[in-house]
Order: sequence, then structure tokens, then C-alpha cells
Amino acid sequence: MRSRDPEIRIRDFKEVALGLTEKQAVKEAKRCIQCKKPMCVTGCPVEINIPAFISAIRDEDITGGLAIIRKYNMLPAICGRVCPQENQCQGKCVLGKKKTAISIGALERFAADYEMIKGLSQKTNMSKPNGHKVAVIGAGPAGLTVAADLARHGYQITIFEALHEAGGVLTYGIPEFRLPQKIIDREVEYVKSIGVEIKLNWIIGRTQTVDELFEEGYRAVFVGVGAGSPRYMNIPGENLNNVYFASEYLTRVNLMKAHQFPKYDTPVKRGKRVAVIGAGNVAMDAARTAARLGAEKVYIVYRRTRSEMPARMEEVEHAKEEGIELLFLSSPKEIIGDEHGYVKAIKCDAMKLCEPDASGRRRPECSGEDFILEVDQVLMAIGQTSNPILTKSVKGLNLWGAGYIEVDDEGRTNIPGIFAGGDIATGAATVISAMGAGKRAARAIDDYVMGRKKVKSREPEMAETEG
Amino acid sequence: MFKVLHKEAVAPQVDALIIDAPYIAGHAKAGNFIVLRIHEKGERIPLTIADSSLDKGTITLLFQKIGKTTEELGTLKKGDFIRDVAGPLGHDTPVKKYGHAVLVGGGIGSATLFPILKALKEKKNKVTVILGARNRELLVWEDRFAEIADETILTTDDGSSGKKGLVTEALKEVADSTDIDVVLAVGPIRMMQAVAELTRPYKLKTYVSLNPVMVEGTGMCGACRVSIAGKTKFACIDGPEFDAHDVDFEEIAHRLNFYKDEETESLEKFRKKKCKGKCKSKGTKESSGQVVK
Ligand SMILES: Cc1cc2nc3c(=O)[nH]c(=O)nc-3n(C[C@H](O)[C@H](O)[C@H](O)COP(=O)(O)OP(=O)(O)OC[C@H]3O[C@@H](n4cnc5c(N)ncnc54)[C@H](O)[C@@H]3O)c2cc1C
Ligand SMILES: Cc1cc2nc3c(=O)[nH]c(=O)nc-3n(C[C@H](O)[C@H](O)[C@H](O)COP(=O)(O)OP(=O)(O)OC[C@H]3O[C@@H](n4cnc5c(N)ncnc54)[C@H](O)[C@@H]3O)c2cc1C
Ligand code: SF4
Ligand code: FES
Repeated sequence: MRSRDPEIRIRDFKEVALGLTEKQAVKEAKRCIQCKKPMCVTGCPVEINIPAFISAIRDEDITGGLAIIRKYNMLPAICGRVCPQENQCQGKCVLGKKKTAISIGALERFAADYEMIKGLSQKTNMSKPNGHKVAVIGAGPAGLTVAADLARHGYQITIFEALHEAGGVLTYGIPEFRLPQKIIDREVEYVKSIGVEIKLNWIIGRTQTVDELFEEGYRAVFVGVGAGSPRYMNIPGENLNNVYFASEYLTRVNLMKAHQFPKYDTPVKRGKRVAVIGAGNVAMDAARTAARLGAEKVYIVYRRTRSEMPARMEEVEHAKEEGIELLFLSSPKEIIGDEHGYVKAIKCDAMKLCEPDASGRRRPECSGEDFILEVDQVLMAIGQTSNPILTKSVKGLNLWGAGYIEVDDEGRTNIPGIFAGGDIATGAATVISAMGAGKRAARAIDDYVMGRKKVKSREPEMAETEG
Repeated sequence: MFKVLHKEAVAPQVDALIIDAPYIAGHAKAGNFIVLRIHEKGERIPLTIADSSLDKGTITLLFQKIGKTTEELGTLKKGDFIRDVAGPLGHDTPVKKYGHAVLVGGGIGSATLFPILKALKEKKNKVTVILGARNRELLVWEDRFAEIADETILTTDDGSSGKKGLVTEALKEVADSTDIDVVLAVGPIRMMQAVAELTRPYKLKTYVSLNPVMVEGTGMCGACRVSIAGKTKFACIDGPEFDAHDVDFEEIAHRLNFYKDEETESLEKFRKKKCKGKCKSKGTKESSGQVVK
């Protein structure tokens, strides 16, 4: 895919990847050999009929192709941009074995952008209103998907969102240069256009409780609150000035527009020499944001090596093009402050890979040496975990691991009428998996409310008298 | 959008706003705060719910105009709107029957203490309130406290009202003369630190309500992290109240200074815009002494 010149793009927040032209897209689509048993589909978490949509693009029926994608994926413009395709569909494409896999993500993005550029609007078949109210908590990809699917089925949906804007991580986490806000806004507008109400600044567990939602007549509740709480390392110096969790740093810039300070009131500190700890998408986003805020040097500091980096391949490539230096086998153990309590350097253990273990994985271990990297800002991106506000407020809700909600394959929790999906059920994952979870939960909620499956109802007596 | 129903100047540089927010009012407990953003370009700032009315569906905010956002908030009038108000946030103050509770407030700390006083009285505690300020004018809501508290002690640096001296001196007198079961202090960091140091040798259970910089206020960013007994905690969801004897006050004081330059820049820009160059001589006088260029 074409992308903007690194020299120019690191001076602004405009989108980096440019997408395909119609000509390029059709040409790429023609390369697909339309496998009888398409491996790409097996790699797709929501099993999009990939050869079918590619074949429509090949025949220059772009909107037809998009309609096929939409059957499975509600957010193609977003997923086309942020899915880790190299581990999913593209990673499985048979052509990849010998030559280059089909750029499935780029084609998906092209189909979705085509509609936007041509000013077409999404057609929706709406069922008649069925009079049932369902509450959705959290306006991230999981919540938006549940809301849209159920609204189309005639449900009256209200989304409750804690922040002052909808979109979840798409809005407050993933930067503009990777996923322009107007694309998220368009999806949010679509969800509203089919009758979904979004209540912002509404923290379930605090502003209202889940029990109160049921009392207000909501028949079911979907919990899609994500896993937004930053993890920390517990190393000395973590609370020095100019050490940010990536979550805060990105929220300041993406949600609060701190890069436009003082036009916007929220400030963010611009580091000159920045170390980003971690190597996932969050780390890449933080590093590339730091570069755009004027850092002279940005390091990614990672314990393992290139092949273990969890970030999308494209982001790693883009980061490298933008001059970001990757330091592998480096495990930070201390952040060193100056006499005023500001970051001065980080101290890292130099790691080496030990012999492969039973699983074939080579774990890093300390080589016994350490080194000091002089930096004036540290961004920590070592992962996120569950946020307890909602989960703690629901009595008896079964949780697992670090406070994630236990669900079955369809998103049912142990409490009848309460469903969950996305990062809060799986731990930090991907946009497409959150969306897929939303789709399955929407079906389960429909079954539950319509009494189609033998599930315990919340209020047995009431259900009987109603029936 | 949240409507301003009432606006009042309480002391120089301190205003109170009553806001229509029925759901927040319906769930607010002593010790809770909200996060607000005045308009689309605004910053999110935390303010304690100083009072709330379930019947009227309103919350009261009491704030000191010390920077851009609080100063701008002070320009709002009855009938104006605040774009975003989210809450109630933070842990509820652990309110139970302690026996004798002493509340110590410095300056705007009254905002946090007032609902706690009400809650403690509901649990039939004996409550002594100590409020301090630089001078008489800067005392906030002392009459409201006096109405409910068993005893209200005022201190001012210049002696213009109550006792001349610091709140810690008054607290020491109380501690030396009567039994105290719990102390709760809210105010400037250095004042809370002094209270913590004072009560430590007395082995008095002491809570302070910390006020670090926050962004979203729901535990998702870590901006508000503080060190409590050597462990990192998020003030917005693990606090804002903590055991005073476990708090690393130096760290908070230090972190609160982090954005000094930006805060000054933002405030100067705001004042310049507000004056549109006309009020160089006027208007800045009554402000907190910063010079507008
Ligand atoms: C910086 C960053 C970059 C990423 N990059 C990628 C990528 O390139 N590709 C990819 O596939 N994935 C990426 N991810 C992961 C992906 O964004 C998440 O897996 C996905 O957004 C999860 O969706 P969700 O709907 O479960 O939750 P979220 O997107 O987290 O949304 C949850 C929403 O719920 C709200 N909420 C929380 N608590 C409450 C409450 N009590 N009441 C009301 N609302 C509440 C939150 O404010 C939030 O808006 C990235 C994540 C981050 C942080
Ligand atoms: C949980 C909590 C509850 C609070 N309740 C109240 C309240 O009821 N009434 C009230 O007036 N204030 C309260 N504060 C403080 C209030 O949030 C800050 O005064 C406000 O954010 C300042 O914003 P500003 O843009 O006006 O000033 P800024 O320009 O951001 O700051 C101006 C000056 O204030 C200092 N400052 C900045 N943030 C804070 C802070 N959080 N605490 C103390 N000093 C700060 C700065 O160091 C600077 O010197 C509370 C803070 C917290 C965390
Ligand atoms: S695996 Fe590759 S070639 Fe085969 S259908 Fe999928 S995209 Fe086309
Ligand atoms: S303000 Fe963001 S975690 Fe507390």
C-alpha cells in the first residue's frame, strides 16, 4: 500500500497509509485465485467470505463487495486499517507461501473508503420495532456492534459511555495518523442513524448501576467496557516527572487534542529523547506520536526480539521509516531521575536468548550486563488490564484472571440477562475480536429476550405472567 | 450538557455553582468527585461534590479560581451550560460511628469536608471541625460547618478571624486535650503533610484526600498515580482518600508542579482573550496577583 513520505508525515497527524486506487484494487483482486477451500477465511476471526468480496471488486462491483464484508464485519473501514492481517487472513493466504499474499486488508479498506468517498450511504434493512429495550455499556467496537445488530432487529438500544466521546480505544487510544477520527465518527453516526441512543459521561457502576438499568425496563445488558487500565512495572522511578503511561499520553493527544495546546486546554510534555517501553501496538502508537510531537530520538525498548513483537507488521515498518530505533533484548529495571525529579535516563538489563524450551520458545534471560540510555521522557506501554469500576459494582458476577468477565462462547455471563464481550472478557485483544464477540452476543441477547432458548430468565415469575 | 442553576461568589477567588445533574446527585456519597469539561476545547478537571440534593437533582461545586479552567468556570452564569460532567467518582469516605472525629480543612478543602461532616453526623459521631485560611475573607462555608458540627474552630494566619495561627496548632490543642478517634484532613499538600506528621506520634488514624492531576478520572490513564506505602495507586479509583501516614507527599507535590509552564501559558492566554486588551489596569488587580502581559 502507498504511504506518505516519512519526512513529511512525521510533522503532522494526518493518515500515513494512503490506501489503494480503484485501478490498483481491481488489479490486486485479479491476483486472487479464488481457492475452493480458502485458507484466508480460516484466518479471519469473523470468517468473512473473503474470496466472494474480492471477486466482486475484481468485477468492479465495489459496493457489492462491501455488502458482502458488512454481513460479517460491521466496521470494515476500521478493520481494514487496524487488523493484524499478517497473523490473520493474509497470513493464511496460499499465495503467501510462494509469492506475496493478497493484500486483503487493503482491499477491505478500499471497499469501505469507496463508499465514503463516493458519498454513498449504508443501506440498512430494519426490522419493525419490537418494543424491547437493551442496554449496552461502553461505546467501543464491541458495544457499537451489539447496538447496531440489535437495533436492526427492532430493539430499542441505549449505549452508556463513560467518556465524553464514543468509540472506545478507537477514539482515545489509536492515533489519528493510523485511524482518522472522521472514520470512527462515521460509524458512530451510522449507529445513531438507525435509532441507537448514546448517553455520554455515563459511568455504569457510578452514574447508574446495572440493577437500576433492569429496573428501568432494560431486558438485557451487554458489557463492553474494554480493558483500559494501564499496567505498571513496579520499577524504581516510575512516578518521576515525564514518565507517562502510554494510555495517558495517547489519551491526552487523541481524546484531549493536547498536540494542539494551547488551542485546546490539555497540555502534554514533548520529550526530546524518548524511550518507549514495550513493543505492541500501543508502544508503536506512543513512539510515533512522540516523533510527531518533535522528539529528536525515539527508542522502542523491548525485552525480546523482532519476531516476538506483538505489534502489527505495518506499524513496525512505519515506525522504522519514521526513524524510531528498536532496541531489542533490553529490559528496563530502573528509571533514573535528576536532582529535580525529572527523568534523566533508564537503566536496562541486557538480555540474551536462552536455549529453546519445550514449546520451542526462546526466553530472554539476563546476560549479567546492564546499560544506561539517556532520555528525558519515558512512555510505558507494557499492557492494559481490566478496570474494576463496572465489574466490582455487579454483585455475584463471575470473573477470571485479572478481573475479566467470565463468558461462554455466546457472551453469556453467569448472571441471566447480563452479557459481555470484547477486551473485558478476553483481556486486551483486537478490534475484530471485540466486534466478533459483539455479533455473537447480539444473537444470544436476541434469543434470550425472545425466550428462544431455554435459559434462566432474570425474573422467572414475571416471564411466566407475561407469557 | 449540564445546566448551571445557581452561581455565587463565596470568597475572593472562590465560587460555588449549583448544577442540574440528577443521576450524579442520586448516587453521590461523601468523598466523591466529578470530572468536568466546560466546552469542546476544555480540559477535564476533577472537583469534589461539595453538596448534593436528591430532591432537586442538583450538585454543588465549590472551587478556587487558580488557573485557566477554574477561572473560566467562574465566568459561567445561571443558565449557562457545562458540556461534560461525569461522576460520581472516587471511593466513598469510610463513614461509620467512630466516636470523636476531627475534620481539618485548609482553604478550598471545605468543599470535600462538608459532605463528610454531614455523613459523620448522620452516624451520630461527635465532630470537631478546624478550618484555616490566610485571613477571614478566605474562609469558606465556616457558617455552614458551624451549624452542623459539634465544635468549629477557625484559624487565620493574621488573626482576623478565630485563632491566629495554623490549623495544625489548633489540631494539636484538640489532640492534647481530648480523645480523638479519627482525623480527616483536606487542603493544600503541605498542610495535609503537616497534619500527617503531627498525628503520627499520637498514633491517630488519619485520612487525607489527595488531589493529583487527573485526566479521565475512571482509572484508565494513570495520570493520578500516587505512592501509598511504597505501592502505586490510582487516586481516582483507589482514593482520593488514603491513610495519611502512608502517603509520599514529596512525590505528589512534585508531580503537581509538572505542568506549571503550560498552566501559566494557558491562563495568560485566557485572560488576554477575556480582556481583549482593554483591561490592563482593571480586572487583574483582584486576581491572584499574576501579572497579565
Ligand atoms: C493504543 C492502542 C492501539 C491498538 N491498536 C490496535 C490495532 O492496531 N489493531 C487491533 O485490532 N487492535 C488494536 N488495539 C486493541 C483494540 O483497540 C481493542 O482490543 C478493542 O478496542 C477492544 O474493544 P472493546 O469494545 O472491548 O473495548 P474498548 O475499545 O476499550 O471500549 C470500551 C469502552 O467502554 C467505556 N467504559 C469503560 N467502563 C465503562 C463504564 N463503567 N460505563 C460506561 N462505559 C465504560 C470506555 O470508556 C470505552 O469507551 C489497540 C489498543 C490500544 C490501546
Ligand atoms: C479528587 C479531586 C478533587 C478536587 N476537588 C476540588 C474542589 O472541590 N475545589 C477546587 O477548587 N479544587 C479541587 N480540586 C483541584 C482542582 O482539580 C484543580 O484546582 C484544577 O484542576 C485546577 O485547574 P485549572 O486549569 O484552573 O488550573 P491549572 O492551571 O491546571 O493549575 C493552576 C495551579 O493549580 C495547581 N493545581 C493543578 N491541578 C491541581 C490539583 N488537582 N490540585 C491542586 N492543585 C492543582 C497547579 O499546580 C497550579 O499551581 C480537586 C482535585 C482532585 C484531584
Ligand atoms: S487464500 Fe488468498 S488466493 Fe485464496 S481465496 Fe483467499 S485471498 Fe484469494
Ligand atoms: S485520572 Fe486517569 S487513572 Fe486516575
